[in-house]
This record gives sequence, C-alpha cells and structure tokens, in this order.
Amino acid sequence: MDRTPVIAGIGLSDYPKAPHLDTVQHHVLAMQRALADCGIEKSEIDGYINASSGGMMVDDPVTMAEYLRIDHRYIDGTMTGGSSFEFHLQHLAAAIQEGLCDVALVTYGSDQLTRMGRKLGTGGFQRGGQKVPGPVQYEVPYGGSLVGSYAMYATRHAHEFGTTSEQLAEIAVGVREFAGLNPNAIYRDPITVDDVVNSRMIADPLHKLDCCAITDGGGALVVTTAERAKDLKQPPVYVLGAAGAQTHWNISQQTDFTTSAGALAGPIAFERAGVTHDDVDLLMFYDSFTITCLILLESLGFVPQGEGGPFVAEGHLKRGGKWPLNTDGGGLSSCHPGMRGIFLLIESVRQLRGQGGEAQVPGCEVALAAGSGGWLSCIGVVLTGREHP
Amino acid sequence: MSDREIVTVEEWEKPLPRTDAISAPYWEAAAQGRLLIQECASCGNRQWYPRAMCTKCGGDVTWLECSGRGEVYTFTVIRQMGMRPFRDELPYAIAMVRLEEGPLIFGNVTDVDPDDVRVGLPVEVWFTKVDDEIGVPSWRPA
Repeated sequence: MDRTPVIAGIGLSDYPKAPHLDTVQHHVLAMQRALADCGIEKSEIDGYINASSGGMMVDDPVTMAEYLRIDHRYIDGTMTGGSSFEFHLQHLAAAIQEGLCDVALVTYGSDQLTRMGRKLGTGGFQRGGQKVPGPVQYEVPYGGSLVGSYAMYATRHAHEFGTTSEQLAEIAVGVREFAGLNPNAIYRDPITVDDVVNSRMIADPLHKLDCCAITDGGGALVVTTAERAKDLKQPPVYVLGAAGAQTHWNISQQTDFTTSAGALAGPIAFERAGVTHDDVDLLMFYDSFTITCLILLESLGFVPQGEGGPFVAEGHLKRGGKWPLNTDGGGLSSCHPGMRGIFLLIESVRQLRGQGGEAQVPGCEVALAAGSGGWLSCIGVVLTGREHP
Repeated sequence: MSDREIVTVEEWEKPLPRTDAISAPYWEAAAQGRLLIQECASCGNRQWYPRAMCTKCGGDVTWLECSGRGEVYTFTVIRQMGMRPFRDELPYAIAMVRLEEGPLIFGNVTDVDPDDVRVGLPVEVWFTKVDDEIGVPSWRPA
C-alpha cells in the first residue's frame, strides 16, 4: 500500500476578525471545512494533533480530542510556538509511513484579537510585582517585548551585514501585494518602502509595518496515505520531506542573532525531499516580522548569509519573482492569531493544487513552509509537492 | 574587583524573579553588588543564566564573579509597551551584553540617551537593590 504522506484536506476558520467564535469554535469550524474539503468522515480519523497553547486545558490536545470526539490511536501535542505545525508534519510524515495512524487531523484555533486585542507584541506578559519562575525570571525585570526580541536580530544583522530598514521593508511590500489579492486579509491596501520606514517605530529598528498583524483565525489539515487520498475529492499534495530543530527557547539564550535553526533543519528537509532550492516555487515563511523572513531566507540556504537584504531589494520574493513569498498575504498582512504555522501549510496546499486564484504561482510544483516558533527558536521546515515523489 | 554601584529602592513595581535553589545565589549576589556567572570545573565552559549543570558537558558548575565589564552585542530601543511601569519609562534600551568573561547577558542599558546606544558600546554593571534577596543588574556606558 502506498503510505506516502499526503495532505488531503485543508480548512480555514473565519478571519481576520471573528467575534462570534471562541478558540474552540475556531478549531471546530476549521475541522468541519477540512473534512468537507476532502470528503472524509470524522469517524475515520485515527490520529489527532494540535499545539498545546497553555495550561488552561481548554484547547490542548487531549481536551480537544475529547471535545471533537476523535478516538485516536496517535496523538501529538508538540509545542514549539508558531512552528508547532511544521514539527507536527515532521512527526506525521514518519507516523503515517510507519503505520501508526492512517488518517490524521491537525487543528488550530485562536480568538486572540477578539479576546486580547493587539497586546501580543508589546503588551508585556507579566503584571508589575509578579514573581516569575523559570528562565524568564532573568528577563522580566527589564521590560523587553516580543517585538523587541526580534528587533535585536535586526540590529545585529545590520551591524554585521549592513542590512537596511529599506531592504526589510521590501519584504512587507511584497507580502502586502499578495494580501491585496486575498479578500479575507486584514490589510489589503498596497504599501511602499517609504510607508514602512515611516511607520511608527515599535522597537528599533522594527517599525509597525515590519510587524505582523494580530487577528483571530483557525486552520485544520487532514493528512493521510497516498492510497487513501486517491479516493478523496482534492488533488493530493505530497509531503516530500520535513525536519525541525531548536537552538534556544528564550531570547536571552540565543548566541547568534543573525541566524536560526533553519541552518540545521533546512538541509535535512531538502535531503529527505530530494529537491534543491531551485526546485522550490513558493516560499511560505513565518512572517512574524520582516527580519524573521530575512533570517529564514539566509539560514535555509536560499542566499548566502548576509546577502538577504540586497536580494530581497531586487524583488525576487515578490509576485512574479523567483521565490514568491506568502501568497496568502502572510502574518504581516493577512492572518496571524498568535501561531501561524498551520496557515503556511494550508496555503502551500492551496497553491500546489492550483487553487490560488489571482495569487496563483504559475507552475507551482514544490512549496517550502518554514515555521519559526518562540523567538526564532524552533524552526520547522516542510517541503510539499504536487508530483508523487 | 572594583566597587559596583548599588542603588537601593523603596518600591519596585516591575516583575521579579521567583527565585529557586539555583537562581537564589545569583540574585542575592546582585543585591550585594556582585555579578555572577557559572564556570564548569570539567570543561571550562562559562554560562549565563545559572543552571544546575554545565550546558556543554552536563557536569557540575561553580560560581564565577565577573569583572562587571562588557560591551553591547545587540540591542533595541523599546518605544511601545503596554505594561506599567515600563510604559512610563519609554523609550528605553534592552540589550544583550557580551561579558568580558565570555557569555551574553540580557539587561537594560541606562544612563545614556537610547538613541546613543550602539553595538560595541563599552558598558559596566550597576545594581538596583530590591531587598536583601534580590538585586537587579543593569548596564551603563563605562
């Protein structure tokens, strides 16, 4: 039996603003749409995966498996932040090949915007006077922010390689162009490099338009064997190769602020997939910030380290370019509830099926999804393709 | 070892460490004006933040008192922050400082216009004493 792993179904919950849905409802709606997308019955699902999102036990894996009533024989709750879903695919690709499950469901949902507003990047996570345990205790007296942590990468990258704000801005401009083609994207008006560098500075050198949006949203994937996928409704998208690696978790423990664990995970994923950078037609990078994309581009080996700035300024990541980036409008301009990794995979599938509409990358045969979780801490890489490997 | 400035405060409204067996000596030393990192007896590795073992070889570590000198390795200037009292101090600089002894350490850069902070700026440590158990190291131009 052909047990090549296939993403057979995708589903998106409502976004960018969904005050009618709470986190659990996002998971449910995404699942319903993914099941309808591929035509599989919920009763056939025998594997359940999601990223535990905290200690509240509301939408963690065992609770959601119970709520959704998925009587699984395979469960995964790997939590690496936003890249969790790429790590999930790494695990699922092996699990499905091995026969640990036949039909797996991955879900994600968040009412981040409706419940918390826009505090994620700059709110600070603690209260004054709060006593904080664990490694974060060494950071909390100082007033850092999520944006600030990523900004420190941009500062060091500029110091070592001369990367400019204008170059970073080109990334935001290109992704916004794709958002203009997505009726659901939160920000659709075209922007220029000047717009980005003149937008309010949040944490030097990152401006407001260097930072991702905050939205509500959810997503789901149905992953199964190529054999099973033959009888389902959509063209199969094959998982060619996946890998994940971690260099640190908390920002204080990063030792090189110009790179990422993509340098470890990328080569493994490419080797397993048996493809090269030139074979890749679509980049779906976790665009928490423009600098995140730049560092992923370099550390994954698309360009030599330090050359990312000039490269993106030449337009290679834009619509019509060599490696179009984030054709759904990304986290920068479309959808980012707090963890974006599942949307990288959903858009990869949509494009590889040829269902990208106006945003379709012509001749899209191979996509690379690179999730970044934590503070560019855990990088998960998933290569998918239209042709059976 | 040169004297390091300790500023005692009546009120500290920012978050604090919930100290544990390993971190308590670090924070207590800071309350006394001493900056500690750890060194491995077996392999010589030096590390920050403090842990129960060596990050390189897993072996046992001992405390090492730092000179208090370093330079800014990278930084940012926080200009938007929702949380009080940090919000009242905007803008301020956050940095990773390369200690003379080797490791990077996370902290604030103070006593300088945030717009004048730069990579490579030589800095020295000073301490805010919250109480006898906790001092908070910060950095200012040397």
